[in-house]
Amino acid sequence: MSSDIQNIAKNLHPLERKVVPYLATGMSLAELAQKSKLSIVEAMRALQWLSNRKALSITDEKKELIELGKNGTDYQKKGLPERRFLSALSSTPLGISQISKKAGLDSAEVNICIGLLKRKAAIDISKEKEMMISLTDAGKGLVSKETLEEKFLKKKFPLDPSSLAEEEKFAFSELKKRKGIVALNVSSQKIITLTDLGKKLKTVKVSGKVEDKLTSSMLKTGKWKGKTFREYDVSINVPAISGGKRHFVSQAVDYIRKIWLEMGFEEMSGNMVQTSFWDLDSLFVPQDHPAREEQDTFYIKDPASGTLPPIAKKIKDVHENGGDTGSSGWGGKWSPDVAKENLLRTHTTVLSAQTIARLRDSQIPSKFFSVGKVFRNESLDPKHLFEFYQVEGIVVDPDANFTHLKGYLREFFTKMGYPDVRIRPGHFGYTEPSAEIEVLHPVTKKWIELGGCGVFRAEVTKPLMGKEVPVLAWGLGLGRIISEYWNISDIRELYKNDLKQLREMKAWMK
Amino acid sequence: MPTVTLNRAEFEKLVGKSIPDAQLRDRISYLGTDLDELTKSEIKVEIFPNRPDMLSEQGFARAFSSFIGVKTGLREYAVKKSNHKVIVESSVKAVRPYTACALVKGLRFDDEKIKEIIQIQEKLHITYGRNRKKVAIGVYPFEKIQTPIRFKALAPKDIRFRPLESSKEMSGLQVLSSHPTGKDYGHLLEGKPKFPLFVDANDQILSMPPIINSHEVGKIGLDTRDVFIECSGFDYSVLSTCLNMIVTALADMGGEIYSMEIEMYGKKMVSPDLSATPLAFDLGYLSKRLGIELSEAQVKELLGKMGHGYSKGKALVPSYRADVLHPIDLAEDIAIAYGYENIPEVIPKVSTIGAEKPFTIFCRKVSDILAGVGLLECKTYHITNKDYQTTLMNCSVPLISLSNALNKEFSVLSAWNIPLLLEVLRSNKHHEYPQHIYSLGSIFKKGQSDTGVVEQERLACLLCSEQADYTRSKQILDYLFRMIGVEYSIIAAEHPSFIAGRIGRVVVKGKKVAYIGEISPQVLSNWELDVPVSGFELNLSELFDVI
Repeated sequence: MSSDIQNIAKNLHPLERKVVPYLATGMSLAELAQKSKLSIVEAMRALQWLSNRKALSITDEKKELIELGKNGTDYQKKGLPERRFLSALSSTPLGISQISKKAGLDSAEVNICIGLLKRKAAIDISKEKEMMISLTDAGKGLVSKETLEEKFLKKKFPLDPSSLAEEEKFAFSELKKRKGIVALNVSSQKIITLTDLGKKLKTVKVSGKVEDKLTSSMLKTGKWKGKTFREYDVSINVPAISGGKRHFVSQAVDYIRKIWLEMGFEEMSGNMVQTSFWDLDSLFVPQDHPAREEQDTFYIKDPASGTLPPIAKKIKDVHENGGDTGSSGWGGKWSPDVAKENLLRTHTTVLSAQTIARLRDSQIPSKFFSVGKVFRNESLDPKHLFEFYQVEGIVVDPDANFTHLKGYLREFFTKMGYPDVRIRPGHFGYTEPSAEIEVLHPVTKKWIELGGCGVFRAEVTKPLMGKEVPVLAWGLGLGRIISEYWNISDIRELYKNDLKQLREMKAWMK
Repeated sequence: MPTVTLNRAEFEKLVGKSIPDAQLRDRISYLGTDLDELTKSEIKVEIFPNRPDMLSEQGFARAFSSFIGVKTGLREYAVKKSNHKVIVESSVKAVRPYTACALVKGLRFDDEKIKEIIQIQEKLHITYGRNRKKVAIGVYPFEKIQTPIRFKALAPKDIRFRPLESSKEMSGLQVLSSHPTGKDYGHLLEGKPKFPLFVDANDQILSMPPIINSHEVGKIGLDTRDVFIECSGFDYSVLSTCLNMIVTALADMGGEIYSMEIEMYGKKMVSPDLSATPLAFDLGYLSKRLGIELSEAQVKELLGKMGHGYSKGKALVPSYRADVLHPIDLAEDIAIAYGYENIPEVIPKVSTIGAEKPFTIFCRKVSDILAGVGLLECKTYHITNKDYQTTLMNCSVPLISLSNALNKEFSVLSAWNIPLLLEVLRSNKHHEYPQHIYSLGSIFKKGQSDTGVVEQERLACLLCSEQADYTRSKQILDYLFRMIGVEYSIIAAEHPSFIAGRIGRVVVKGKKVAYIGEISPQVLSNWELDVPVSGFELNLSELFDVI
């Protein structure tokens, strides 16, 4: 036991060594800091380490204390304003400005003094060019008499309110009414309680010198030889640091991109501002479809519309009568003006449409993916954003079919950490067959909807590619996956940029 | 998405058998509908927009009963001839040219049934009818009507009738301005010189589509047995399909369908036309698209489970289906009948090579370099506001605005990204300093493209601390350029957002690619920031193009 204590004593940090001799049960941190001539922070660190060694415990004690305010400190030195006021008055009446100058009081203080002294009938006021003040007999008595307030102010602050005598309580309550003299504050203090170990530690004489730090001069001179270094408490808590890093959403985006690349998909990218033509018409979305309405889609004010590519003629036919696709089309008239309207893309499928329209025969079969922002005219709330990431992939392959779509989904979602995938009939205007994608949540064991998929309609592929090549497509939002990984319940946090949160957020470890 | 709420007992009667919960849940979700709620007495189902024919209890039960194999194949509905006529006058051609009509007789109404009919009508109005623009539906007690019925248009001031649930007669314009339904749908008629009307042989106004029926002859009651139904709009085939959805539902309720003769612009037609549409398909095509070998017998059976008939290489598509445009739509129906769950999973051996865009790689490298010097990446929206972009920045920049922003706070596209980061700093004043941040995001400006808008990727980087100054920002910029191996120079510049004399333009191969400097105290105070900020904004797209 005693050798243990010796050992502990030997390895005390210099700060601990400084405080140990002064430690006593019931002592406050402030007191200790004062006695050991350390700063509060240093003394606290020493106490924490000693507490880790079980030499003492630290408790928080809330204590009411009467403390001096700014004026209080001032008056303690110079005397209360009314005292200075009285002293300035001699036997002859004096004007207010003279008093204020003689006593060194500002006008607010002078007013307080007049009020106070009037109440005590210590002064008379007469009005000439300005207010003239003279002492009454009662006032003359006061000149040589110390008031209760003055007595009170001479005490040593902070004061324990429970220690006050009746007269002092009265003085305190009077002074409390005045601005910035005294106040009753609740302060919390750290109080030390020594353990047996702590008590023993105080009595131990440290023998043998230990080095605190290895320095480069020791290394250069070789003085380190034969030295012992103070042993550390290696389990000790250290102040947290944080580093620069990519935003957590970017980390998740990188992860998804990696999955697509591993599966042999090539990246597609493109603009966020698009014509309705590419975003909707080329995908066989009828021109009276609700998705085009202003409450769903953001439109651009200026330039309000763009230009149509030559392929627009084919798209017009497909919409009106199916063109050469074998479809009946939507009927009615297709308006180029509606198609020219500029909007913020509503889905990344616009990139898929542009990609297959550019594709040459020699590039088939091929696979493409995109991860990009899309926009919906929605108010921000915990479940909705007007701007969010969509992830999408297409497979362009003359031999592709619906069974392949299921196969690709299995492969993709297994890599995403959801090996159980199923599809149910769904509806998307530009795919047929269409399906909703559900995955079995690995923890809750519930099926959750994660995305949509399908095979592009002939009305989409034939006009864009010149022939009907099956294009398998599937996509999903990132919000759900990100929220789940970081336990985020309010989706707005994804773009809140709270720096504390960004600093502390754990890394995407998939 | 619209839902249909079914009385479970009624539904099971329509389907033809009672179905345990588990089977209901499973089958409803594999039919291409979503189960919302299931109790002992009610079933609530979400219907996808491609199947408006399922928006009635009857329509849904019909589809479901076929799907589970109780009553498969094409349903035949008898249509009797009525000798009643509807005449479409040329006056209506310019405002709402077409109508498809029918009579259904022998219905028995109770409050429940009346509510149901109104529900079907409303759901079709909202979905297939595109809020009455494309199709408006009217249902009337036939007992109160004398045929022939005429569909015509009159000047609004010449129209007087008592609209549904109103206490007094109104003119056409009064209906739009003071009747609740008129206020909701008035925009569909506003400004037209004439408003469409259905009137009977006694010149009684039945309704003013697409707004409202008459209170006297346009309201079905408990004693109504026979109803007149019309759908009005702009495309006869759309109207006809919609009418068929309603009359088949009413027939399933126990009514008998009677046809009417419609005289329309010199043509005579018989409505409703409930004959199935034959759609030819190639068995090989369907098998190839689905990836499952299908025999003719199998296809016939599977089509039957989706309510289609089959005859000699052709599917007979029911007259109430609005979503079958192309043989591929049959493929989907066949896949649903086959069961999506039974479709095998095949991973094809198609070799392709994955590749990222070089620019994406470049941007990620830049981001990694900045994170490496201790900066935090922020993610900001591309939509912001004019105040942030210009007023608070003490400068003016051409901005691209949204025409239908939800609010002023998010109403323009970002033209530069330093303001987005200042906003981040402003909302983080209570957190620990230094705050060294960066972001990558697009900026938008007018230029040469198919939309007239050009987008470029920008890196914005701000240092915010007592020590933040030009030197520290330039150190980071310099490190970045050294790491990506690009030589640059900086020339003095002017910019009202920065402190004069402490602002420069970064030049790479003669191209100005960035601003760098100390943010002016006026701008900082506009943003209510009391810690110095320096930084730069670098055009990554242009930089990538020149290196």
